[in-house]
Amino acid sequence: MTTPTQATTPAAARTRTPIGAPGRLENDAKGGVGTSPQRPDGALKVTGEFAYSSDLWMDNMLWGVTLRSPHPFARIRAVDIAAALATPGVVAVLTAADVPGRNVFGLELSDQPVLADDVVRYQGEAVALVAADHPEIARQAAKKIRVDYQVWEPITDARAALGHPTWNRLHDHPAEDVELSRSAAAIHPKGNLVRHLKIRKGDPDEAADVVVRGEYSVGMQDQAFLGPESGLAVPDGEGGVDLYVATQWLHVDQRQICTALGLTPDQVRLTLAGVGGAFGGREDLSMHVHGCMLALHTGKPVKMVYNREESFFGHVHRHPAEMRYEHGATRDGTLVFVNCDIYFDGGAYASSTPAVVGNGGTMGIGPYVVPNVRIDAYGVYTNNPPCGAMRGFGSVQTAFAYEAQMDLLAAELGMDPIDLRVRNAMAEGSVTPHGQTIDSPAPVAELLQRLREMPLPAEPDGADIDLRSLPGGVANSTHGEGVKRGVGYAVTYKNVAFSEGFDDYSTARVQIEAHQGNPLVVVHTAAAEVGQGLVTIEQQICRTELGVENVIVHPKNTDVGSGGSTSASRQTYMTGGAVKLACEAVRDRILTLARDRTDAPLDDAALVDGNIVTPSGAVLMSIADAIGEAVIEETREHHHRPTEEIDPETGQGFAHVQYSFSAHRAVVDVDTELGLLKVVELACVQDVGKALNADAVVGQIQGGSAQGMGLAIMEEIVVKDGKIRNPSFTDYLIPTILDTPPMPIQVLEYADPHAPYGLRGVGEAPTISSGPAVAAAIRQATGLPLTRVPIRPEHITGT
Amino acid sequence: MQVSMTVNGEAISREVEPRVLLVHFLRDDIGLTGTHWGCDTSNCGLCTVLMDGAPVKSCTVLAAMAAGHDIRTVEGMATGGTLDPVQQGFMEEHGLQCGFCTPGMMLTARALLDRDPNPSNQDIREAISGQLCRCTGYTNIIKSIRWAADHQSETAGAATEGS
Repeated sequence: MTTPTQATTPAAARTRTPIGAPGRLENDAKGGVGTSPQRPDGALKVTGEFAYSSDLWMDNMLWGVTLRSPHPFARIRAVDIAAALATPGVVAVLTAADVPGRNVFGLELSDQPVLADDVVRYQGEAVALVAADHPEIARQAAKKIRVDYQVWEPITDARAALGHPTWNRLHDHPAEDVELSRSAAAIHPKGNLVRHLKIRKGDPDEAADVVVRGEYSVGMQDQAFLGPESGLAVPDGEGGVDLYVATQWLHVDQRQICTALGLTPDQVRLTLAGVGGAFGGREDLSMHVHGCMLALHTGKPVKMVYNREESFFGHVHRHPAEMRYEHGATRDGTLVFVNCDIYFDGGAYASSTPAVVGNGGTMGIGPYVVPNVRIDAYGVYTNNPPCGAMRGFGSVQTAFAYEAQMDLLAAELGMDPIDLRVRNAMAEGSVTPHGQTIDSPAPVAELLQRLREMPLPAEPDGADIDLRSLPGGVANSTHGEGVKRGVGYAVTYKNVAFSEGFDDYSTARVQIEAHQGNPLVVVHTAAAEVGQGLVTIEQQICRTELGVENVIVHPKNTDVGSGGSTSASRQTYMTGGAVKLACEAVRDRILTLARDRTDAPLDDAALVDGNIVTPSGAVLMSIADAIGEAVIEETREHHHRPTEEIDPETGQGFAHVQYSFSAHRAVVDVDTELGLLKVVELACVQDVGKALNADAVVGQIQGGSAQGMGLAIMEEIVVKDGKIRNPSFTDYLIPTILDTPPMPIQVLEYADPHAPYGLRGVGEAPTISSGPAVAAAIRQATGLPLTRVPIRPEHITGT
Repeated sequence: MQVSMTVNGEAISREVEPRVLLVHFLRDDIGLTGTHWGCDTSNCGLCTVLMDGAPVKSCTVLAAMAAGHDIRTVEGMATGGTLDPVQQGFMEEHGLQCGFCTPGMMLTARALLDRDPNPSNQDIREAISGQLCRCTGYTNIIKSIRWAADHQSETAGAATEGS
């Protein structure tokens, strides 16, 4: 078995180090790039020793809770904390007046208060904090805080927030001609438009033989990570603080916390605690500043853990979208033009809405070649829950629309839907609507053709039907009568890493020394491991680059430079690339030391199996002998090649560093009488460039496919009048194993010459193409247009 | 009130409030944080433990109701320094990503295999149908439990020798 190890903590630091602080990850797995070794945290996770952020503990700690606004839009006239503060066991009650620095945070725009001081803009906005010696006392005390609200009518429709009188008027006039009201019903001082992305390519008046139009909408999805928002803030007694927290990007958190606390980065040190899933929902701050404020105010460690209901208010969600598309094609099925208007409801604060608009707009027509394109994508403030990053951000929504349009067009033309897609498929050398030439393999047609060739699951045998295989399952709602099977396809592409001119980078520090005669490597990055397996990838790259088996993963913290965000499918590319660069620098220094010990030429030498070897494989010396007593350490940043900002008028520019391609085929049985569904199979073909870890790649595809399927058929945060109606796992459903079908997968490896090892980011694309394939299958089974997801039973039965 | 039970083979007795749920008792009073807490509404199954060998969601059991019973948590799965084959299966078959659902999944799997050493995949699906996983899409969880079923006899023998 693999022996789990936890690092010992230096005695000097022990008094301030919580139980559950992460240790170094070490295991005896072997295997470099292209193999699938076991995870270094696997043994800890199967024994229960792995501590998540909600498991952190210090004996003298306090518990913090958050008081949140019950109203989506209101002015705060007064806050009375006296009764709460007088509660026995309560140590502190803090409001906006207690924010030590600037009362503001935000990922892309600093537009959200740490604690509301004048206006609340969404239901669940944080208003006050309580610290007490027991979580229940803190919760009870929070209820005693009296907030006097002047309640306003919330603005809950994205187009109304922009001042558009009606949807139809917008359609009748090109978007740029419509006066976008930036002052009417302003939720923020500068108006309600967060971003408008315009893409103009070719001739807007080009005529087509066949035109299809459709309006589509996508509901608000939740990341539904299982480990609740939580962390522990520990004051250092000198005005600074250590924060242990589950998050996606330690350094962007640190920057925002420093602003809010009025402290410098050396005073605010972050360590990644165990993360129970993320999927975008931990890219924004949750308890970070609140916990630090309470800790600095009380002088004691403060732990905060959201419960599931609070979690629904404590993180951003996937943007709902309203979309209108118009596709024109020749009789033979060649696309002539696509026009579309896309509205993303960003809710009360911007979060990553600008990037969502960027993705939704630039990739808004899918992986197809179209000479004439008009795209208008908007991100809008409303008083709905704030929306931001979720796996496939911006692209998940538009894929439902453009893939439905492709099926509609195929039907209008009498063409096979795959043939239509293949005819218009993007390939290497194709130019996107935003004018970027695809400069690496783009096997869109092959993905579809491979899917078509994969065997279909067997039709149900009428003689001996297992209830569990039918829609409704053991509820015994059908024995097959009224059940129709549909098959649907969808294909997508998604940008990898950060785009539009952002200087995206990650940092890695790699150290090697000889330990008991064997080389030992420690790899240290701040890149968040949220479950995806980056810690395994870091080990694999070190093993391959340095020829060393024993690789320890250092805890993730801000003692090393930024790793960038664990989002946008970017960490294997960006941090993997940084680890590779640092290893190359370490290798150069090993060879320099080796030159002192041998006269043999080392210019072409390699590090293999603990030795320095010639190109023919002859061992020159061991790595341990070359290193001797030295400790070699190198730190490197990996920046991806520059991208460009998009021209504000034409939407043209080299916006994205890389694209990831995937396609799905869904087979769905539909009980057309009751509207119940059974997804029978969800097959995927994805190009990953190079599978650094095939098991992890398949795990990402399966998990991502299930999330995309969830949005298509069951997952929606129901918001009415700005209020969430279903903030629980009783009422917000995510797929169980009974909802999740077998998922056959083919992984293609067409190297991207610009990327480390030729790899492509994997995590998001399968979340994008799975849902539209499921929706297409249901449309095929029912013959209904089904233009809104999630598709509900009443949409199928019409009742 | 004083509550006594057996947790992972060890007799435990603590003074607790009558309202305390077993999940919080295990996590906060005993310090066994491998049992996770995820939803408050008994939907997610992260808090699943074995009570007298049967899986229960420990958020649906008061600590007082567990008095006199035999509780087994993830911390009690390995014996004599040897992982349970279910634990090994989750490592062998990439059955976890974030790992937050894993303890509950593994304990349900252990109860299933105790009852039926060779379950069908359909049986495995039913057994864990009350528990959520958000990372894996479940496929590798089925494979992990299948691995445990296929390797149970050999690893059980090894465990006996080692203990």
